[in-house]
Amino acid sequence: MSILKREKLPLKNSGDIVLARQKVRQWAAEMRFSLVDQTKLVTAASELARNTLDHGHGGEMTLELVNGLAKTGLKLIFEDQGPGIPDIETAMKDGFTSGGGMGLGLGGSKRLSNEFSIESEVGKGTKVTVLRWK
Amino acid sequence: MERIPILRMGTFLLITIQVDMHDRLAMQLQDDVTARIAEWGSGGVLIDISSLEIVDSFIGRMLANIAAMSRVLGAETVVVGMQPAVAITLVELGMSLPGVRTALNVEAGMELLYQSRTAMELGLGNEHPEA
Amino acid sequence: MSKLAEIISQHEDEIRKDWLENMSRAIQRGDLMSKAELNEQSRDLLASIVKGVQVDDTGEVSAAAWQPTRELLTEISASRARRGFTPTETAHFVLSLKQPLFNVIRRKEANADELFKNIVTITVLLDRLSLLTSETFMATREELISRQQQELLELSTPVVKLWDGILALPIIGTLDSARTQVVMENLLQSVVATNSKFAIIDITGVPTVDTLVAQHLLKTITAARLMGAECIISGVRPQIAQTIVHLGIDLAEVITKAKLSDAFALALQRSGRGVVRIAGAANGVRPLAAMNAQKEE
Repeated sequence: MSILKREKLPLKNSGDIVLARQKVRQWAAEMRFSLVDQTKLVTAASELARNTLDHGHGGEMTLELVNGLAKTGLKLIFEDQGPGIPDIETAMKDGFTSGGGMGLGLGGSKRLSNEFSIESEVGKGTKVTVLRWK
Repeated sequence: MERIPILRMGTFLLITIQVDMHDRLAMQLQDDVTARIAEWGSGGVLIDISSLEIVDSFIGRMLANIAAMSRVLGAETVVVGMQPAVAITLVELGMSLPGVRTALNVEAGMELLYQSRTAMELGLGNEHPEA
Repeated sequence: MSKLAEIISQHEDEIRKDWLENMSRAIQRGDLMSKAELNEQSRDLLASIVKGVQVDDTGEVSAAAWQPTRELLTEISASRARRGFTPTETAHFVLSLKQPLFNVIRRKEANADELFKNIVTITVLLDRLSLLTSETFMATREELISRQQQELLELSTPVVKLWDGILALPIIGTLDSARTQVVMENLLQSVVATNSKFAIIDITGVPTVDTLVAQHLLKTITAARLMGAECIISGVRPQIAQTIVHLGIDLAEVITKAKLSDAFALALQRSGRGVVRIAGAANGVRPLAAMNAQKEE
């Protein structure tokens, strides 16, 4: 994969979540994703940005326009230096009814993306990467 | 601070969400709706989201909360105009918003509210929201 | 610059000549590519490899130093794929560069250990590059196939308007997750366009309904519901009904009917309509008064 374009955005307050959504929308529209795919990207970004803010105590989002073997894609990386996630498996389960919502954000974002990966270390931070191919 | 306007239409409240809401705005709306229902004794709430291009889990929970709180205060809530892309995404996200009644547009939503209001007045009990 | 890199770059022309001359007719495919083009591709690729070896002679093609070569090879491979070269032909194109390189190194490197090391490096390098061409070939094909599949999917899920506000969606064939996406998009867009409150999803043409298919159906129904439209499933065959019960699939709030006609009747009823028989209206000749009374609001 080669990176054709990259941009970083801070995620420090709830206003930044709105900015992040708008930025992802802008990139996805420029890349001519279908409307449904754009919506999925922006929604996943919103979920993960909120996680970074609420659970990671703030961090940043990186957008990357990537080139695969015969396709292009939009990669979003969410990083924070927060408390980290002790049990990733449980965190990935849909926790909608529990009201906290982090499980919903992670599991949901995975379903909304073509590729998903997460790295987290307690006390160090978390990094979530999602990608959607065009 | 900016707020989402709540219009009074007879016994119903009409809320049209047109902006990409940040979290505080959404929380403010929840508070405002419950306050207005209590103040005006409204029997129904219509939330028009036909302009919303993104509904994430936060907004989804806000809608569910408004519906639940309004019901406790004796008012039914109907959410109308969800865009296809939004519906598809919400479902993939895992949200089905049970307890939130929906309709295609404002007209259909009003009809639903009238029906449920009539049902209540005729003593047919609290109509449970259908899936 | 390492000794290997030095040797190769000094003899670039000789290597290329040797490569082209000894490339078997079978790999050249004069019918698909002119000699001039072949010359150009060979020259570009060899030059790129020489540059790569100058920076990194470990044969680690995933390193940044090899990025330009990878991109060039990807392009070459994709364009050859489109022209009709088989993946083997393209891989051989790369692999046949080994012999010319070996020939030169053997002449210029006296030390047996060094010679061995260099041969291994070249072998590893070219093996990996040729694998890259195969991967690209497959990726290009997959992309084409998936595009064709998408087109086919869109053609095979028509939405039919049965009446004002009542749509029908006959599904023929298996319902996998890709199909479900298309079904949902088509259905929901039609719901908006026709302002329909009811959608009848007919699954007569769906061979099996297992837990996954049921999930896909439920997703579609939920999405429609979120928009304010109600779905009725029709065409449920007896075997399907048995399977659903055996698998313990919970269709709690979903309305299902065995026949499309039953589903249609239900939708009519729930939208406050009915079908009536008009006196004296046999043979399609209807008394004018009755016709006026019949006019739908």
